[in-house]
Amino acid sequence: MPRIVVDVMPKPEILDPQGKAVHGALPRLGFNAVTDVRQGKRFELEVEAADEATLAEIHQLAETLLSNPVIEDYAVRVDGATA
Amino acid sequence: MKIGVVTFPGSLDDTDAQRAVRLAGGEAVALWHADHDLQGVDAVILPGGFSYGDYLRCGAIARFAPIMTEVIGAAQGGMPVLGICNGFQILCESHLLPGALIRNDHRTFICRDQTLRVENASTAWTTDLSVGQEIVIPLKNGEGGFVADDDTLDRLQGEGRVVFSYVGGNPNGSLRDIAGITNERGNVVGLMPHPEHAVEDLTGPGTDGLALFSSGLSALVSR
Repeated sequence: MPRIVVDVMPKPEILDPQGKAVHGALPRLGFNAVTDVRQGKRFELEVEAADEATLAEIHQLAETLLSNPVIEDYAVRVDGATA
Repeated sequence: MKIGVVTFPGSLDDTDAQRAVRLAGGEAVALWHADHDLQGVDAVILPGGFSYGDYLRCGAIARFAPIMTEVIGAAQGGMPVLGICNGFQILCESHLLPGALIRNDHRTFICRDQTLRVENASTAWTTDLSVGQEIVIPLKNGEGGFVADDDTLDRLQGEGRVVFSYVGGNPNGSLRDIAGITNERGNVVGLMPHPEHAVEDLTGPGTDGLALFSSGLSALVSR
């Protein structure tokens, strides 16, 4: 069964306290090469068929429920390909 | 006058909000998230808490609860709606109010008595207050940082739609110190601090919060 992946990330201009917390912990673990961390969410949606109609629905779902367009951007892709 | 208080799974302050309504002289009606029935109430309060465990985003799932269809329709028709803390987050997710609430900039939960300045005393929930007045009510949240784009913030300030501002230090990184806002019509108000926890001397920092509930009741009488 095809899988559709929706990635949701805080918009670049929106403060990401969780990413900052993760970034702040890195030097304590000895990782010094990372200059910034942003934390988002990944949704994996199993669908009957990854056709155009389904993808249109997923886009709507991503915009209304999975992400809040005020603070987040989303990207939809079929597992393994870009949609 | 009947004010409904919606209980979602994970609501915490619904009974406190009901009590505040009664102390202000109104009749409190318990509303259930899974119903499509506002039971003839004249106004609605969305209380604080962690509806649906705050999963996905605060308020994101509550926004699609069955009762919210009725609340959104009634709010658009002019019914007074007050969202407190999680209720404010739900109002933003419902697009009844602009902007969004994100995790506090200092990344810790905050719980303290907070001073607010009243910026708008003509909304349905603030007529018993006066502009410039400072009130003290509890603030307790982990995700209370109000954010919106600059145009929205300019519009909110330009149109007098900021209802409360934080005084004495910004507790959560809210842009332009915004603690509460209203819609264009002034019937929908959302704020992060909890007026329902400041309605009796015994259990709160004072009784400043009562004015929001008495204002709501006055708004109903004059409608």
